[in-house]
Amino acid sequence: MSLEPGTYFFSGNEAVAEAALLAGCRFFAGYPITPTSELAERMARRLPQVGGVFIQMEDEIGSIMAIIGASWGGLKAMTATSGPGFSLMQESIGFAAMTETPIVVCNVQRAGPSTGMPTYVGQGDVMQAKWGSHGPYEIIALSPSSVQECFDMTIRAFNLSEKYRVPVILLMDERLSHLYEKVRVPSKNELIIINRKKPREKKGFLPYKADDDLVPPMPPVGEGYHFHVTGLTHDERGYPHMDPEVQESLIRRLNDKIRKHVDDIVEIDTFMMDDADIAIVAFGSVVRPSIRAIKLSRERNIRAGLIALKTIWPFPDKFFEDISSRINTFIVAEINYGQVVREVKRAIGDKAKVLLLPKMGGALHTPEELLDILMREAK
Amino acid sequence: MENRVEIIICGFGGQGIVRAGYIIGYAAAISEDLESSFVPSYGPEARGGECASRIVIAREKIDYPFITTIDILITMSEPAYKKYVNYLKKGGIILYDEDLVELDDRARIASKTYGIPATRIAEELGNRIVANIVMLGFFTSVTGIITYEGMKRAVEVGVPARFREINLKAFDIGYSYGEKLKKERESEEPLRN
Amino acid sequence: MPMQFVKYHVRDKYLKTDRLPHIWCPGCGIGSILNAFLLGLEKANIDPDKLLVVSGIGCTGRVAGYLNMDTFHTTHGRAIPFAIGLKIARPDMHVVVFSGDGDLVTIGGNHFIHAARRNNDLLVILVNNLNYGMTGGQVGATTPHNAITTTTPYGNIEDDFNIPFLAAAAGAVYVARWTSLHVRRLAWSIAEAFHRKGFRLIEVISQCPTTFGRRNKMPNGLDMLKWFRDNTIVKHNADLRETRIELNRKIVIGKFIDIKDKPTFEEQAYGLVEKVRGVKRGE
Repeated sequence: MSLEPGTYFFSGNEAVAEAALLAGCRFFAGYPITPTSELAERMARRLPQVGGVFIQMEDEIGSIMAIIGASWGGLKAMTATSGPGFSLMQESIGFAAMTETPIVVCNVQRAGPSTGMPTYVGQGDVMQAKWGSHGPYEIIALSPSSVQECFDMTIRAFNLSEKYRVPVILLMDERLSHLYEKVRVPSKNELIIINRKKPREKKGFLPYKADDDLVPPMPPVGEGYHFHVTGLTHDERGYPHMDPEVQESLIRRLNDKIRKHVDDIVEIDTFMMDDADIAIVAFGSVVRPSIRAIKLSRERNIRAGLIALKTIWPFPDKFFEDISSRINTFIVAEINYGQVVREVKRAIGDKAKVLLLPKMGGALHTPEELLDILMREAK
Repeated sequence: MENRVEIIICGFGGQGIVRAGYIIGYAAAISEDLESSFVPSYGPEARGGECASRIVIAREKIDYPFITTIDILITMSEPAYKKYVNYLKKGGIILYDEDLVELDDRARIASKTYGIPATRIAEELGNRIVANIVMLGFFTSVTGIITYEGMKRAVEVGVPARFREINLKAFDIGYSYGEKLKKERESEEPLRN
Repeated sequence: MPMQFVKYHVRDKYLKTDRLPHIWCPGCGIGSILNAFLLGLEKANIDPDKLLVVSGIGCTGRVAGYLNMDTFHTTHGRAIPFAIGLKIARPDMHVVVFSGDGDLVTIGGNHFIHAARRNNDLLVILVNNLNYGMTGGQVGATTPHNAITTTTPYGNIEDDFNIPFLAAAAGAVYVARWTSLHVRRLAWSIAEAFHRKGFRLIEVISQCPTTFGRRNKMPNGLDMLKWFRDNTIVKHNADLRETRIELNRKIVIGKFIDIKDKPTFEEQAYGLVEKVRGVKRGE
């Protein structure tokens, strides 16, 4: 039984697990890692109750490959991990992107690099989420900032992965995974569930011939389609084809199917931005002290606002282009030494001042730290 | 209740500190329709180490779900008391297991302190593991943030079914202890200061 | 009589003939093994629509792409975990992993032993050509001691995996070994293994004249097949401590393990669903 509509008190890890089940996830493969083990534990208990299967694999590579296999078998599938495991998954994320396999990877970011601080927060995997595998490809990455958003965005992650046949990365962080908050679970009528497109007819079906939305229908196994799936460059038949022209059109389509749907994919929350001339840009749990800092700054007559990125990849270039003329200074607060700030600078160019307020990991920015820089820069 | 109350419940790992924190958070969010957030201490430590649950309860949506200063410190061990009393807000409240914690001068920052032999009461009930729930009953009574019914419902949800009965008993004893203490205090009140 | 090319082969229906010719070298053993696989499939009366074939990377990894079925060419070493997910999603289908030694027991060795331990319901056809063929003949975990490869120019100083011993120790329920010369026995073994359940391994020692044979005094495919003919001994239920491959010793082939009643991972996982929900699947 998936969750009944109502109000619950969940941790971020629990909210992701329950939302996944509600979205239709029926297979989870994972490897224990701090700080996301509770997610796997809940899936191990809950999946059999809804007719699904949990498997603990021998490593993270096995985990992600198992969910890719299960997705081709027709199940919605997810894995969850943290930095070291996410690093191991990168090759397979490229494989899923190349083969257009819908999967959801929850990466609960902790402080890195390497083993770093396993039980403490970090946001250092932003660039890896986009560029971690070799070759030119696009994925989608979502970043929740509350337990309710962990829930809502997990459902959205499944929907986007099915709609665009692409790996979707839920970029969580340790603070959210262990934070308990109230979660409202919507009723069946309010719930939007998207499933992958199926081929309309078998005759003349080409497994990698895309529709107008650049997404090809995904054939089910065992129904005589006799399709071939490969990580090699392939033509519309799915056959390996070592030809620069085939590569050109395949790679363009794999990227453009995301790039041309940015408006559908990107979600941004703003807070007090209507009259703002200085803005904090934050994502994940850093959004929370940022809201507080904005409120405190308003009490001091500073016209500050918050831009909370709910979608990190594809990056909302257009949003920043449009808003850059109204804002003098953007302060990018992130728990790393400068990742999203590069994207903001790229999107804005020299139209406004862009500053980085970094944290190296282990702790969130405090509201006071954020207020300090707002007061300094507002002068 | 003020618009935002920040609570820390702390002690040793194994005292049910995390469960108690969850139950308070659940009671506020679900039983009472307030807003709440709860962060358990999370580390490689298991039993015996220092352990703390952090809870924020508010009337409106919580912007910042983490502790800034402590309004209510609930402590079930001396080391935890010593660590967290420094973050207690002036005029805050301390609840403590009076057999396990000896308050020092720093407790003067509190407007009120309430002691209860929670662990001893739990042992008399037959299982020291329910000391946390004795403390929750006590907390419910002396702070009044969560109603008796609301917290009781949260206890029912928050403890394993096979231990429900003893936990509910523990909750009631803690609550009654608080009620009695409050009455005694009220009668003493004019004499203080 | 002038030489004639065959226009149609009786087992063409199993192949994506529009993809031929294949990429394998003249004298390579993979084609014979693929033929034996199709023979086995036919013998076992398996509906190709109910068969999913998963390969990894390497020469043998290309098998999947030539089969006229639903097939998957995955990443290097990860055919088994992919197949695990696929089989769990579709327990009603036969799932075959068809890949090479480097792929399955070197880079993918950990998945191999764990799938055997869990008894994931997969039939694994492991083509062991004793080296990394596609990349130019480097040493692998299956290269015999003292063999010359491009990365062991002075001879291999490492010992190789004894694959049947490894598989059996890890829990495989069906373990057999043949060579690319023993086509009939291999086909028979594949057919038999199709009618078992759980983690089944058939190792097929194969000739790679281009990269392995050439450097080890067997420059032609035929030289290597003669080696298989003269230096193999069929020994069913052999002591698996004796099945290591050494250049100057007889290679033991045969059927070594055949356990029929061990519950598979999938049976247990869906059994759990029934137990937890208190209903039969599908209700």
